[in-house]
Formats: sequence, structure tokens, C-alpha cells
Amino acid sequence: MVKEIKTNEFSSAVLSSDKPVLVDFWAAWCGPCRMLSPAVDAVSQQLEGKAEFYKVNVDEEPVLAQQYGIMSIPTLILFKNGAIANQSVGVISEADIRAFVEQEM
Amino acid sequence: MNDLIIAGSGPAGLSAAVYASNAMLDFVVIEKFPMSGGQILNTYDINNYPGFEQIDGFSLGQNFRKHAEKAGARFVNDEIKSIERTNGGYSVICGKNRYETKTIIYALGAAPRKLGVKGEAELSGRGVSYLATCDGNFFRGRPVAIIGGGDVALEDALYLANICSEVYLIHRRNEFRGAKYLQEKVIKNERIRILYNTQVEEILGENKVESVRLNNGQTLYVDGVFIAVGSQANSSLVEEFCELDRGFIKADESCVTSADGIFAAGDVRTKRLRHICTAVADGANAVYSVEEYLKKINTQ
Repeated sequence: MVKEIKTNEFSSAVLSSDKPVLVDFWAAWCGPCRMLSPAVDAVSQQLEGKAEFYKVNVDEEPVLAQQYGIMSIPTLILFKNGAIANQSVGVISEADIRAFVEQEM
Repeated sequence: MNDLIIAGSGPAGLSAAVYASNAMLDFVVIEKFPMSGGQILNTYDINNYPGFEQIDGFSLGQNFRKHAEKAGARFVNDEIKSIERTNGGYSVICGKNRYETKTIIYALGAAPRKLGVKGEAELSGRGVSYLATCDGNFFRGRPVAIIGGGDVALEDALYLANICSEVYLIHRRNEFRGAKYLQEKVIKNERIRILYNTQVEEILGENKVESVRLNNGQTLYVDGVFIAVGSQANSSLVEEFCELDRGFIKADESCVTSADGIFAAGDVRTKRLRHICTAVADGANAVYSVEEYLKKINTQ
């Protein structure tokens, strides 16, 4: 299971990482988010050690959601060296998630 | 070779899976995501599916799925890339895998239709949304516009009226298409400003939605634009085999299409009402038609 991350951990875990980091912005009441979630879990296992994966619950961490201008969920943001490398809105397939992360590996 | 492949695991596909299990057909369900449900996952509140006074789409989808699994259905997680005709039926081709089958129940549903105006694609996820229940919360206390006049547009307007500062409902005709009780609620709701006979010509904004330009020359300053202008069938995989009507696969209640061995169930086929209960009815009818078809080809 991909780890949930809080606002105060974000900088050290995501922005300071030397690997690509995929962050899944989601909420419990969002059906498509719950549809995407198992696919993100699966890719995180496939790419273990090569990339990092976190989830941000936009209800619990509204500051992060606002900071990254999230207006639609699920949103996946791929970070590389502390900056946004790519962003994807809506449900995508497991293969597409993997390709999305691998392009920055 | 399988008797049947069910493509899609929304209400139509899952209902077909239950009926196909009961019919003891040799079949498999191919679904793109390991979480069934289709478009109903987007619905927060369902109050017109008999037997459930009120349930959310996610839970109902999971119930359908559990029922199909218990009945004995086998699921494969894969994305169908193409379908080819073979000697005994069809080949369903996913990435590396190929599935041979005598028949297909094609239940890949529909997706929200795009409005097709300038700014829509560029600002998608940046204020342009097709899903009020998921994205509405990001516009709490801010002005939004909803475009459309069917059930979804009316439901969206009512939902957003509870959380947004101003709600404009923009409809191109002079009356709504959606259910009467929803129309009444919308018209009575003082927080919803209805603009009949109006069309959006462009969605404007630098990095996020700032306004919409209307065909009467007026500009509405809104932070969010929710588009609910109907659905578009996911029929591309069978367009070379089946006759279509505006993208929907031509089929009546029997789900029989113009292509031998392909049966269309749920939102993807031509029909009047695209609801959960009409989709599950299709699942049952489609399996009945598959059984008749298999009987016919097996005696030939």
C-alpha cells in the first residue's frame, strides 16, 4: 500500500528525493480515485526502489492541494528533483501509470 | 475457445456475468481497471435503483462485482486494444494477450461528451471538470457555471448550489431535458441562476479558468466550469463490425447488433434511457441472445 503523506512531511519526502516521486491526490468520497488507487499500489510494487510513491488526501491536507492547484481528482503529479515533471488528471490504466513514472527514470 | 467474452465491468457487464454464470457458459470478463463499476463510480448518490433507497455508486458497483464473483465469473485485468474476426468467432486482443471467443458482449459504456469549445482541453483539470461530485469541493465558496440541461446537469447544479457562492446553469434550449422532479428543484432553488437559450463559446483563463464567454456577448466570471452535455459511446473497437448511430451501437432490447456474435449491452447501445436499471436489464437480455446464437451455430 502506498503511504499517505502529510503537509509537514512533503518537503523532505517528495521534494528532496533523488528519485522520481509520484504523488496521488485523492479523496475518500471520489469513486474514480478509489478506482485508480489499486493501480497506483500495483505500480509502486513493480517499481520499488526505482521511484517513490505517496498519496495525499485532499480533505486532510487542503494546503498541499491548494499549493499544487488541484482542482480535479484523481490527479497524479510526478516530481523530479523537487520540481513538477508531469501531471495527469483522471483515471488512467496501470500500464499508463507505469509509463508516466518511467519516463523520468 | 471461450463461449463468450464480456468486455467491460460496469452494471451491464456485471449483470451479464451473473447471467452467463447461471447459464454455465465458458466465459471471462475483461476489465480495464481492477475496480469494477464503470460510470456509476462517479455517482455519489443513487436513489432510483430499486431495492436500494439510497446508495453511492462505488458501493453499488462493488455489490455487483461481489455478486458476479460469487456466481463464478472470472475477471481479467487488461485493456482491449483491438478485436479481429476469426474463423470461429473473434479474437480479443489486449497488449500481449489474445482471447479467442465465439461471442462478445460489448459493454464498454460511455464517457462524458466534450463541449468542443476553445479553452476546454487546455483548462481541463484547471477549472474545467466533467464530474461535480468529485471536483465540486475545490470550488467551495467560489462562483461556477454548469453547462447542460439533462439529469446530470440538474443534479450537478443542485449539488454545487450547496457549496459554491454563485451557480450559473447554462442551457442551449428553452427548457430542460432532465427528470421533472429535478427540474422543479432547480427552478425553485434561489441560488441557481438559469440562463436558457445560451451557449458558451469560449472558456478563458491564464493557468486556470477565469471566465466564460457566452454567445450573447456576455462574460461570466467563474472559477469552475462543469460540463454535463451527455455521453459519448466507447464503441470504437467494434465500429468496423457493427452499425452505429451517432457513435452508439445499433441494437434493441435483445442487444443483437448487425455483427454476428457481437452483442451490445448498456450505455454503449442505442436506447432512450441510460440508467443503471436499464443497463442491468441489457446484461440479462444479452446473455439470453448469446445462448440463442450459440445454439444456432452449434447445430449448423
